[in-house]
Formats: sequence, C-alpha cells, structure tokens
Amino acid sequence: MDHKMSRSPWVIHYDGSSCNGCDIEVLASLTPLFDAERFGVVNTGNPKHADIFLVTGSVNAQNLPVVRQIYNQMLELKCVVACGICACSGGVFRDAYNVIGGVDRAIPVDVYAPGCAVRPETVIDAIVEACGILDQKEAVMRAGGDPLTVGGAATWDGGVELGEGGFVAAGAGADDAPAGTSAAGDAPAAAKEGE
Amino acid sequence: MAYRSVIPFGPQHPVLPEPLHLDLVIEDDRVLEAIPQIGFVHRGLEKLTEKRDMHQFGYIAERICGICAVGHSCGYASACERMLDIEVPGRVQYIRTILHELSRIHSHLLWLGLLADAFGFEALFYRSWTLREQILKIFESTCGGRVILSINEIGGLKHDIEDSELAGIVQTLDAMRPDYEALVHTFLDDNSCGERLHGVGVISKKDALELSMVGPFGRASGVDYDVRMFGDGAYADLAAFEPIVATDGDCYARCQVRCAEVTQAMDIIKELVDKIPHDGIGGRTKLTPADGARGEVVIEQPRGEAYYYVRGNGTKNLDRFRVRTPTSQNLAGLTHALQGVLIANVPMIILTIDPCISCTER
Repeated sequence: MDHKMSRSPWVIHYDGSSCNGCDIEVLASLTPLFDAERFGVVNTGNPKHADIFLVTGSVNAQNLPVVRQIYNQMLELKCVVACGICACSGGVFRDAYNVIGGVDRAIPVDVYAPGCAVRPETVIDAIVEACGILDQKEAVMRAGGDPLTVGGAATWDGGVELGEGGFVAAGAGADDAPAGTSAAGDAPAAAKEGE
Repeated sequence: MAYRSVIPFGPQHPVLPEPLHLDLVIEDDRVLEAIPQIGFVHRGLEKLTEKRDMHQFGYIAERICGICAVGHSCGYASACERMLDIEVPGRVQYIRTILHELSRIHSHLLWLGLLADAFGFEALFYRSWTLREQILKIFESTCGGRVILSINEIGGLKHDIEDSELAGIVQTLDAMRPDYEALVHTFLDDNSCGERLHGVGVISKKDALELSMVGPFGRASGVDYDVRMFGDGAYADLAAFEPIVATDGDCYARCQVRCAEVTQAMDIIKELVDKIPHDGIGGRTKLTPADGARGEVVIEQPRGEAYYYVRGNGTKNLDRFRVRTPTSQNLAGLTHALQGVLIANVPMIILTIDPCISCTER
C-alpha cells in the first residue's frame, strides 16, 4: 500500500447480469477469512451512504437504467469498481444477444478487477486502489476543481446512449408499467437519461 | 380503514445478492399479493450454442450460475454424453458426484449464512461463511478454482483427483463436523433464531404439490421428492438414500432440511470415496452427433430438480440447449408464500426459497 487509507470506504454492491460467482466472492471478501472489514469496508444497501460502487456482471437493456440510477444517486466522492471479467468487458458472454458489454457502457469505471470469478484478494486490492482515487478526488475538490477530471470519468467515452424507441428504451419503459409508486421512483432516472 | 398501496422491492436490495424485483401489493403492513418481475440477469446464454462448439460451450454452461456451477457443468456434460452415446468410466461419475455434493455443502452453508444475515444475526452469518471457506479451499487445491472449477469435459474429466486428495477431502469434512454441529445447534435450538423462523411463510403439502415445488423448499413442506433417490450414476452404488423431509412447511422446516442435507452430503462423499473405482478418467471425444440426436438428464441441484436438454444437428454446434432450473419452479411457491405475511417477514421468506436468479434467467 503506497498511500495511507484516510477513510473507511462504505461499499454498495449491485449484480448486473453476473452468474453469482463474483457476487459471492465480493461478499466473501468481507467475511472473516479475507476480512475487508478490518479496513472499515462496510456493505451498505443505500446508495447515498456508499463511497464505492461494486458492480458485478455485464449490462443489458433491463439493468442499464438501474446501474445508472444507483450511480447517479451516489454522492461525490464516489468510485466505481468493475468486479470480474463480465463487468470489465462482457467476458464469455460478450457475444450473447442480450449483453451490451462491460459496466463502462453504462457508467464510468475507475478500477477494473478481472477474474472469473474475481478472487476476494483482487476485490480487496481494487477497493484499496479505489480509496487512492477517492483521495485524489478529494484533493481536487478541495482545490475547487471538478472530481470528474480524476479516475475513470476523465477518459470515459460516454457508453451507450439510450435511443428513443430503441431496444434499450423499450426495456426501460416496461419498468414503469406495474405500479404508480415505482413510476415516481423511476422519473428522476428517466430525466437524467434524457440528458 | 385499511390503506392499500404498492411497494417496489428490489432489484437492488441488501438482503439479495441478486436482482429480483417484486411489486408487493400491501394493505397496512400485510402483503396481499406479490408480483415478481425478472429479466435483469438474462444474458441469452442458450443461444450462444450457435457461436460456440460443444466443448467450448461447456465453459458457458458452467457459468449459468456461480453457486451451482459444478452441477450445471455435470448436467451439460452428461446430457451431451447421452446424446453422443458415450459411456463414461465409473471414476468420472464418482468424482463428478463427489464435487457436486461438495458444492451442495458450500451452497447450503452459503444459504445458512444469508439466512442468519436476513434475521439480523451477523455473527452467525460470519461463522457459516468461515466454515464454507474450507470447502472452497478443497475446490482450490483439487481443481484450481474457488467458484468455477472447469473439471468436466464431454466424455470425462480434464484431470484426475488422486486417492490421497480424496482421503484429504474426507479428513477435512470430518474435522468440520464438530464446528458444523455447533452451528446447526444455534440455528435449530437457539431461541432468537427459532422465534424468527417458526410459523413464518407456511406452505401446506397440498399447495406444494399443486405448485410443483422442488428441492429443499418442497421437501420442507413434506414433498417426498429428490432426484438422487432414482439412483442415477454414482448414486446407484449408495447403500441407502432417503430424501430428507420435514412436515411443517415454514421457514424453520426449510432451515432444518438444509441443515440435515449438509450432513447427508458429507456421508455420501465419505461412502463414495471408500468405493471409488480405478477405471480411468475418460477424455475428450470427437463430436459427431447425428442430426436430431437428443440427450436429456435430470439432476438434483442444491436448490432442487434441474433438467438439461441438448439436441444435435450433425455439426459440432448444438442445435438447442435448454435448462429448466429449480428456482423457476419455485417462484410460484414464493408468491404463494408471500400472501398474507407481514412486510417485515418478506426478506426472509424470499430468502428461504434460496432463489437463484441467474440460473432462472440465464
């Protein structure tokens, strides 16, 4: 570790379209054998509480709005870790018809943690690296700069655009159908997607 | 007056590692109806057979699910072997079964941990997962991977597991038993666990049969059905096999069934290691399925009955690959179990069916 850990990073985990292998390894990295909790890493369910977003699995039309929504709900300073090769590039499923690609098709990724399934050691390494990026972002923000000039967001190509009436937009529209309450929850995300 | 509304549950929810969305129609804090919505994990894996040949597809089939990976690769390989009329050596069947039973132990320990987490017993969660790490250690030392083992091939195994290693597995399992029994004691006899599990999410045997529930979820409601009792492959050589059944049909019964199945799996492994034949490990075969040749296989996954179907078209690619997974059967039971329960019990009831969404959606 070439830098001091200045914070206890709280993480939020979302399973894109992973096979579960990476999910259980992400959870295993928090349990006593690997014990990422000794660094203060706590798994939280609330995007507003989280510093680091751990995404496993690739993105598809159905979960792309969900991934973007969680990312948008997180506050700066935030960092995204793509856990596993599916999250990095689509992995063995990149040719499947319902896989758009890695998580960087949806949101900027700061740290890529490869592996099938990703090993808990790799997850811990990635979290430690993400902490370094969080520190850099903090320094930039304190100097009055834009945190998006640091990490993956600086070089991100924008990912996949949600086309009007396209395949992706059709999946997002289906979300609104079942209930009035969920439509209210989806509205901010829809507005952001429109930008 | 009762107030009626709809609560969206998921896809991102702390209790579930996987994305499952439920619309809960509630009146005050009772659930009237649960409407599941899936599709977040769909990858379109079955259609990949058009792009990958049969040997390559073995790696894809194994990645249907990271928890039941061994079972899926065994199921795919044996379905292909039936289609190609290949007789695999007994040792191959034994080693596949041993690994499959080990994965049942790891899957059930994982589930026990998540259950403890769902009812707020964090220390018990950590203890279950620490015990589970010993199984993953066995996987790593014998096959090289913790989650994805990639040992199966159509026609045999990639490498043998030596007799000394098998003896080591039995030793590790024997050493685990006292710790495991202490764990089970806490789950089944501790008041704080029992209070949360007894009488929650009850499904009667009649309903379980009508809803075609499978696996530990069905067996907890008294459905006496386990694919292993048909004695396919290495299971035929077991001295005796009785499915583990409970009658209450509540969350406690589901916990009871899975706890007992871990011990049962340990006994099966011990028996098979004693009897294992030495007739080679087969190997990769030439792929020449006849046009329209079919192979089907049913195996008992940790979550229940899984069905595999393959059809050849005369080329090295399969014409069709189909899986029916236990969770897709059990989702009907889940929505039934959720009717009329308190909203505070919803996460735990969802968990007790042990949903495996990535199997279901593939």
